[in-house]
Amino acid sequence: MSIISRGFRGKRRDAGDRLPPGQYLVEDFPVLSAGPTPRVPLDRWEFAIDTEAEQTHRWSWEEFMALPAETPTVDIHCVTKWSKLDTTWEGVSLDVLFEDVETAAEYALVYSYGGYTTNLPLEDLLDGKAWIVHRFDGEELEPRHGGPARLIVPHLYFWKSAKWVRGIRLLNDDWPGFWETAGYHNYGDPWREQRYEGD
Amino acid sequence: MTEHLDGNALAGPLGELFTVDMTSATGRCASCGLTGPVASLRVYGPDPGLVARCPGCEEVVLRLVRGPGSAWLDLRGMVSLRLNVPD
Amino acid sequence: MRRLTWRPAELVHSSAETATARTLRFRVPGWPGHLAGQHVDVRLTAEDGYTAQRSYSVAGPADGDLIELTVETVPDGEVSPYLTEDMRVGDQVEIRGPVGGWFVWRPADQSPVLLVGGGSGIVPLMAMIRARRQAGSRAPFRLLYSLRDPARRYYAGELRRPDPGLDVTYLYTRSAPEGAARPARRIGLDDLAEGGWPASFEPECYVCGPTGFVEAAADLLLALGHAPERIRTERFGPTGG
Repeated sequence: MSIISRGFRGKRRDAGDRLPPGQYLVEDFPVLSAGPTPRVPLDRWEFAIDTEAEQTHRWSWEEFMALPAETPTVDIHCVTKWSKLDTTWEGVSLDVLFEDVETAAEYALVYSYGGYTTNLPLEDLLDGKAWIVHRFDGEELEPRHGGPARLIVPHLYFWKSAKWVRGIRLLNDDWPGFWETAGYHNYGDPWREQRYEGD
Repeated sequence: MTEHLDGNALAGPLGELFTVDMTSATGRCASCGLTGPVASLRVYGPDPGLVARCPGCEEVVLRLVRGPGSAWLDLRGMVSLRLNVPD
Repeated sequence: MRRLTWRPAELVHSSAETATARTLRFRVPGWPGHLAGQHVDVRLTAEDGYTAQRSYSVAGPADGDLIELTVETVPDGEVSPYLTEDMRVGDQVEIRGPVGGWFVWRPADQSPVLLVGGGSGIVPLMAMIRARRQAGSRAPFRLLYSLRDPARRYYAGELRRPDPGLDVTYLYTRSAPEGAARPARRIGLDDLAEGGWPASFEPECYVCGPTGFVEAAADLLLALGHAPERIRTERFGPTGG
């Protein structure tokens, strides 16, 4: 039985039915980090997709910015229980980036500047479910939120939405990423509250 | 911007798991070989988990995730740990 | 020694330290005692089970099962405003500790001691000063206390009273009192050379404060020839609040 601190509520807002179980609403945008914020100059930035057949597709910043952009508005859910509704982003759908990629792989390992990794089934990146974004809320994406560019996969817990994204490796076998090898759930569906290994 | 704590912040979370103080133990980084007290590591977190990095090379030395009823501890970035143990 | 667990703690007294900081005294039944410089984790639990926790240094020696923390209110913070503004005597939190065996001073240590505190980083250093006084230790102490302006001084009355063997120097960073010889500025080599100990005295150095302050002060101490193994640091991070 826990001790209750009388009158303590924390910085939370009331939950609505748009919130997955166990989540609460925040108005600010918390920054969670597992290491120093990488600084990536745009003239050295690149994004790559490496296939299981060792074919690499690369985009420089200029090439990436020339791709057709979308402006998704989505709800995001962090495994540390905060959610943020109606966040607006601008970037490129993974469907566009995968247009010329030939693959039979089932798994993707996303990797970032700074060494972070996260894994998910390839199908969770396709069909309008994921973007590489470079703007948030009408502004250039700040380095602390993953700029110059980050992945967003809003239907999974937000640790899957890798900041400072550098590339995606396609794999025949699943390869658990940074948090997935340290106790967090391999898939991370917020609506099924898959927070930790075994949930 | 500096955004990390130091290894002193691991004292409580590790104190839940071990009976000796781990922050005054001396560890050796598996990447660069730097040796020093756990208290001198650079610690990021506490959420989603504590990530302790070597102050010399910034590689991950230790990770600790606490869930309901379980803790996950990853020490693969550390070659060895010398603990002060009362006789 | 046992594994750490959370203990219920009841607020028995709260007093203003500055306009934004309060010293809180808690009764923690079964408190095992602690060393000067150690900290505790404080956990708040809401009625629906939501929890938040933060670490705070203990400000002085325990008095039986009573311990004191000094908490700076972090604007828009989650835990500190509850502790300093909402909490009333008789209210409860949970406390886990004491923790940390690195940033500690033991009364048996006879070496000269240099304490370098930035802002609320004074708290564990004050615990060392109080432990020294309580133990009747003759280890010579020097305190360099860096802070924005005189209104932010913690423990002002207590540090003004003579305490033989303890020298206190204030280093103001924004505005110094009128007539002060040292203009307001960040801590520098001169401050540590004049207000500290020569490296040849082999003092134990304790540096505590915000990350940027700690790194600057530790670098200055290294530049003055202090051995890295005699410089102990503790940083306050961005997750405070």
